[in-house]
Amino acid sequence: MLDLILSIYEIPVINILVKIIAILVPLLLTVAYFTYIERKVIGYMQVRIGPNRVGPRGWLQPIADAMKLMFKEIIFPSGANRVLFIIAPTIAISTALAAWAVVPFGSEMVLADINVALLYILAMTSIGVYGVILAGWSSNSKYAIMSTLRTAAQVVSYEIAMGFALVGVVMAARSLNIGEIVMGQGGSGILGWYMWPLMPLFVIYFVSGVAETNRAPFDVAEGESEIVAGFHVEYSGILFAIFFLAEYANMILISVLAALMFMGGWLSPFEGVSFLGLGSTFLAGSSIIWLISKTVIFMFLFLWFRATFPRYRYDQIMRLGWKVFIPITIVWIYVVGIMYYVELAPWFTKG
Amino acid sequence: METILFYVFSTFMVLSALMVITVHNPVRAAFFLVLTFFASAAVWLLLEAEFLAVILIIVYVGAVMVLFLFVVMMLDVNLAELKSGFVKNLPIALAVALVMFGTIYYVVGGSQFDIHNFVPPERHAADYSNISELGKVLYTEYVFAFEIAAVILLVGIIAAISLTLRRRPNTRHQKIEEQVAVKSEDRLRVVKLEPQERK
Repeated sequence: MLDLILSIYEIPVINILVKIIAILVPLLLTVAYFTYIERKVIGYMQVRIGPNRVGPRGWLQPIADAMKLMFKEIIFPSGANRVLFIIAPTIAISTALAAWAVVPFGSEMVLADINVALLYILAMTSIGVYGVILAGWSSNSKYAIMSTLRTAAQVVSYEIAMGFALVGVVMAARSLNIGEIVMGQGGSGILGWYMWPLMPLFVIYFVSGVAETNRAPFDVAEGESEIVAGFHVEYSGILFAIFFLAEYANMILISVLAALMFMGGWLSPFEGVSFLGLGSTFLAGSSIIWLISKTVIFMFLFLWFRATFPRYRYDQIMRLGWKVFIPITIVWIYVVGIMYYVELAPWFTKG
Repeated sequence: METILFYVFSTFMVLSALMVITVHNPVRAAFFLVLTFFASAAVWLLLEAEFLAVILIIVYVGAVMVLFLFVVMMLDVNLAELKSGFVKNLPIALAVALVMFGTIYYVVGGSQFDIHNFVPPERHAADYSNISELGKVLYTEYVFAFEIAAVILLVGIIAAISLTLRRRPNTRHQKIEEQVAVKSEDRLRVVKLEPQERK
């Protein structure tokens, strides 16, 4: 029986499908409970309790929300382009999930170990903006189209800053393969991580990531006070839920990439550290637990930002992107070049 | 498998390219152009040019077409006006099309580009990195052309900016650096008031 299962697992298509399911099911569960955690965290930050009615301590709240959205009617606005109206959320969710194909969870745990992994993720996020554009245009609504214009300009601007920030990482690691980027940070524990030599790029990467996912304080695309809910104002039921899913999947993707590229991914912070004898315990071993805990830090930052900062004004968002972030990244790329030239230890020593 | 994929994607590409020029709505035409880029990126992937394929998607699909759509959505295009000159200009258009088709056919369809003239390219091993090969060639053999292309792009940027840049002394701007540098003491004064006795 076991042999049969193993031999079925050896068929390439089945093998890949099993891996896809192994990535997507935990991801979607995380998304569901991320929405719950968000409401709880922001609730406590605002001295409220947050959802606590459905199930013990409100743990079944996301499931109740999902059921509600699934059974709601999908309303098509009059004059909407029906085909594009349905394609828009499909693009949003498929690009948000497809990007996960190249994310490694351990030195051997990766679905598609490709050389252009980093560029592939950039490409997927840049296709994702079409979900927003199509949604805004096909709804035939002025609020939706306003939001679309805002989002398109914002995402394209911050993509440049993000791309430049990643150039620094690629220069340091000498590879576009995410697994090799993580491996380039190994050997000297917490000090070996790229967040130290690339600190400005690290900050810019994460802030651009917040702007790319249209999260507070850069959520002018939703702008409840001005344009109701932005590009998905005309969406209801499951189609709205899909946009919601895509947004949260993208947030987790940005978090996991920040952990992988700047904080050593699955590597332990105590690796090769003699301090307190930690270097010899199980804590020094690299494991997926480290990756998850680093990712959770960034996921929490998303929520913390939302509870703390008021929404940016649109012209200030554009100024921050073009006049602050892009010049800093360009200058820092030169600095990285110098660090590379002098072979600054422990990050830039040629192995 | 590869042949099937190639035909699927090239049919997609040709059909969506046809739709770009036949669809009436300009926004839809732009979306079909996106689909064309996407299909051609897939064809490049089959040619083992994974770097170029992904760059095509990032640059053309992710940036250029977004800006295109931006413009097309904002324009108030009068469709009836667009169609009005169709019959009048048809003979000229047909003549131009015929000449172009003839020249392209002469160059590509003739014997010099025949498939039998070329050795089929070799399959590369799994560890072949398209990016590092491209980088090596770009920064050694073609470094001049590469730098010239960069300078041309820079000139393009400067030209585009200088077209929109004009001095308008009468308009009032926000000076953002002043707004950012503002401290609470500039705007708010805390005054200590002696409690007054009620009369």
